[in-house]
Amino acid sequence: MEFPFYTAAICAFGAGITGFPFAPKKLSGYLYFVYALGSALFGAAALQTVYSGVQTSLSFSLSGVLDIAFRTGGLSAFFALVLSILGFAVSVYSAGYMRHEDNASFQGVFYGLFLMSIYAVFYAGNMPAFLVSWETMSLVSYFLVVSDSRNDDSRKAGLTYATMTHIGTAFIIAAFMIAYAGTGTMDFEKLRVLISTKPVSLRWAIFVPALTGFGIKAGIVPLHIWLPKAHPAAPSNVSALMSGVMIKTGIYGIVLFSIYILGGAVASWGVVLLVLGAVSSVLGVLYALMEHDMKRLLAYHSVENIGIILLGVGASIIFQSYGLFTLAGLALAAALYHTLNHAVFKGLLFMGAGSVLHGTHTKNIEEMGGLLKRMPWTGLFFLVGSISICALPPTNGFVSEWLTYQSLVLGSTAPAVYAKVLMLLAGTALALTGALAADCFIKAFGISFLGMPRSAEASGAKESSRSMLAGMAVLAACCLALGIFPNFVLATMGRLEVGSLPYARAALSGNWMLSVQNGFSTLSPIGILAIMLSGLLALLVFIKGLGRREVSYGDSWDCGIRRLTPRMQYTATAFTKPLRQIFKRIYLPTKEVKIIYRLRPFFAENITYNSGITPFFEKYGYGPAVSTVHKAALRIRKLQSGSLHLYLGYILLTLLVLLFAWG
Amino acid sequence: MRGGRVESLQFLLIIFFSPLLQGFIKKIKALSQGRVGPGILQPYYDLIRLFKKDMVISETASWIFHAAPFVTFVSVLAASVITPVFSLQGGIFKAGDIIAIIYTLALGRFFMALAGLDAGTGFGGEGSSREATLAIIVEPVLIMAIFTAAIAGGSTSLSILSRSANIFRSPAHVLAFAAFYVALIAETGRVPVDNPDTHLELTMIHEGMVLEYSGPYLALMEWAHFMKQMLLFTIALDLFFPFGMQGGSTALGLAPAPGIYLIKVFIMGVAVALTESTRAKMRFFQLPSLLGGAFVLALLSVITLIMLGG
Repeated sequence: MEFPFYTAAICAFGAGITGFPFAPKKLSGYLYFVYALGSALFGAAALQTVYSGVQTSLSFSLSGVLDIAFRTGGLSAFFALVLSILGFAVSVYSAGYMRHEDNASFQGVFYGLFLMSIYAVFYAGNMPAFLVSWETMSLVSYFLVVSDSRNDDSRKAGLTYATMTHIGTAFIIAAFMIAYAGTGTMDFEKLRVLISTKPVSLRWAIFVPALTGFGIKAGIVPLHIWLPKAHPAAPSNVSALMSGVMIKTGIYGIVLFSIYILGGAVASWGVVLLVLGAVSSVLGVLYALMEHDMKRLLAYHSVENIGIILLGVGASIIFQSYGLFTLAGLALAAALYHTLNHAVFKGLLFMGAGSVLHGTHTKNIEEMGGLLKRMPWTGLFFLVGSISICALPPTNGFVSEWLTYQSLVLGSTAPAVYAKVLMLLAGTALALTGALAADCFIKAFGISFLGMPRSAEASGAKESSRSMLAGMAVLAACCLALGIFPNFVLATMGRLEVGSLPYARAALSGNWMLSVQNGFSTLSPIGILAIMLSGLLALLVFIKGLGRREVSYGDSWDCGIRRLTPRMQYTATAFTKPLRQIFKRIYLPTKEVKIIYRLRPFFAENITYNSGITPFFEKYGYGPAVSTVHKAALRIRKLQSGSLHLYLGYILLTLLVLLFAWG
Repeated sequence: MRGGRVESLQFLLIIFFSPLLQGFIKKIKALSQGRVGPGILQPYYDLIRLFKKDMVISETASWIFHAAPFVTFVSVLAASVITPVFSLQGGIFKAGDIIAIIYTLALGRFFMALAGLDAGTGFGGEGSSREATLAIIVEPVLIMAIFTAAIAGGSTSLSILSRSANIFRSPAHVLAFAAFYVALIAETGRVPVDNPDTHLELTMIHEGMVLEYSGPYLALMEWAHFMKQMLLFTIALDLFFPFGMQGGSTALGLAPAPGIYLIKVFIMGVAVALTESTRAKMRFFQLPSLLGGAFVLALLSVITLIMLGG
């Protein structure tokens, strides 16, 4: 019944991927609209799957064991829907964004493959299908990260990304092998049935490597280090997809395994996820605050939002383990809602950053300023994205964070004391994260779009092309729509047969009003919006009633020095200085002042000031690990002396060892 | 639910009495410092004067500068509408709970801080930076104190919460109120956190952000600031001293409820004025330890509540 949509979607992607190498350079941008069409079709198919409740499956028999199976189940359909919304908007945006790239056909082909491979990951129904899709996704995205191969940084970023993602894959394979050894099946649905009769120790043995592997992809602290490197290196349309959806494959994996397949009733898993979520959200946003590269800043915010999502997942597992299924459903709904929302606003913000990059040729916000007047639409859309990511009403981020708050406050109804305290602390972490995010986006928007231009590039910035603006407009509209009409999203979510979501169906299906736990609390975003709009109307009438006031324009207040220069403005570094001071135990700030004197100590000729923070995880975690591996590799290299006699000696030695071992 | 519609207009009390509260606090402060001080109605005169004036706007500023006074005012207004003032009746409170109120206020702060950066001056940036930093250390305290009340009252909706919560019910509430009070001082921009009477550039927070504003826009910003102060007092009363509210713990008729509310608010105003008169302003970088202390209080209150079997 839903075959036509899927077939048409796959055909559209096929046409795009094969079309790019042959399309004339001028027309190749338009092929992205084919991808947009394909994404829309996939979205329609996923909606149909959710609402009809009919699962479709597709399998290829390769050999007895290694069948490849795809299935369109509940969780898959939801994540595919998220990808479809973003895929559609980003594809429209790419039509304009990629117009000026020199390797357009390469980018186009890989872009299509990338989208397809993420769909394949979400739809995979057994282990071989999952791994093939997963690896395709990782490799294709690697090539997109290093597509600017002349740039040294982007090659280094690619190496970090490839290494981390393959370590992750290794852990996932380990989890799969343990699952197969324990149950004898590679099919996810069969595994789900069989595992419920097995001891908890087996589930632990699968959970730990699965969490590590998927955690690397999701960017959980301390496994996040590839994220702020790889996302800025990729072209902005690809970063939007990577940050918006690709890291969500990690969340998908965590939810799929811990809740759907393994049953999710082990309280300590919830505790682990809750702690990881709280740490990731706070540290992610703290590091984001210190970044002045717009795309790196956004990448760190992805770490933060993954943390917020994990808070919901963790709370859900804890509730489930105590048999509080309605609350478990609520927490999971909060997590999935935030997954959708983050995809939408982060996609929007990355596209905004790409648009600014096109306009100003810089990613450094210290060189921007005054862009709102030069790029009004980009500025407006970026502002909508900023408000959403700060979870301010009436946008989508607010609704999902509100739901997360509710599930954490309701943690007080859990029977165990540790669970109550932990969830309340997690709630406080969420409050801290929210305030930090607001600070960060006041900085990101305020320094780059407001004030005076800080460089020649910024003052000469031009607005982006229409298709780029259209792509951003779609997501900006989604940010508002998902924030004002949450009931439709939650009603859709209530249909998914995942974890305890069905239990929360009654609570989540009100009209115009979210009512949690029989009126424990209520929220009506459209009500708040209506109050705001009528207040605004009354205010405008009041101001109008005052009569006309003369408005004159002049310089900003300059304390009488005549003419402020752009260099006198607050910079992003200055803006976040109080935080460097307050959180110095976390940042470990470094300061270096060099003064060259003409006559000591009165006449300084040249002062150089360097301020930075210590990248804790890189310096104390990954740095030593990498150098240890490197040293070990150098030692082992001595085995390869190049002398034939020595190699013969090795063979003899091996033979002797084998003889004695088995003799 | 009789009269539910009339009671939806309780927020008008906040709109129209908030300048009076500001004038009252200033008067008490002046008296406690041995001065005569300006008249209690002075804030009204200031607002009227500003509304009559023409405006000077920086050429650097963008539309954000024009939008911010409206967004700030409307966000405080919307938060006031969904906060029960003296009566707990009324369907409008279902539109949002205490978390929605806090986040709606944050929307106003977001735009005010952006407006501070819009004119491209050092003072504006300084004010924005400090305001945003302050929010970071205040918000966890506020949320934690609210959690205590929410768990004890079994709801995050203020109208339900006020029916059951009471400071005399458990020691947890005392601790939570102490924490909330510190957060309230910080949020309303009072000594020892910010000095509302200063125009000395190096110490100001709120004044720095609105430095470029003049005329009706400044009036809106200031009015919103007064309203936010009264709103936060109201929230504190709803959470910790809900007696005398219609539909509250002691059921009184509708008539005395607004009177009781105003008496409570003005008592709180006296407390704040006295706190302000007896403290010196702290250095900005000492504030984390003040609010850190408040956070520990809030944490203790939650733990006390859980240990007592809340």
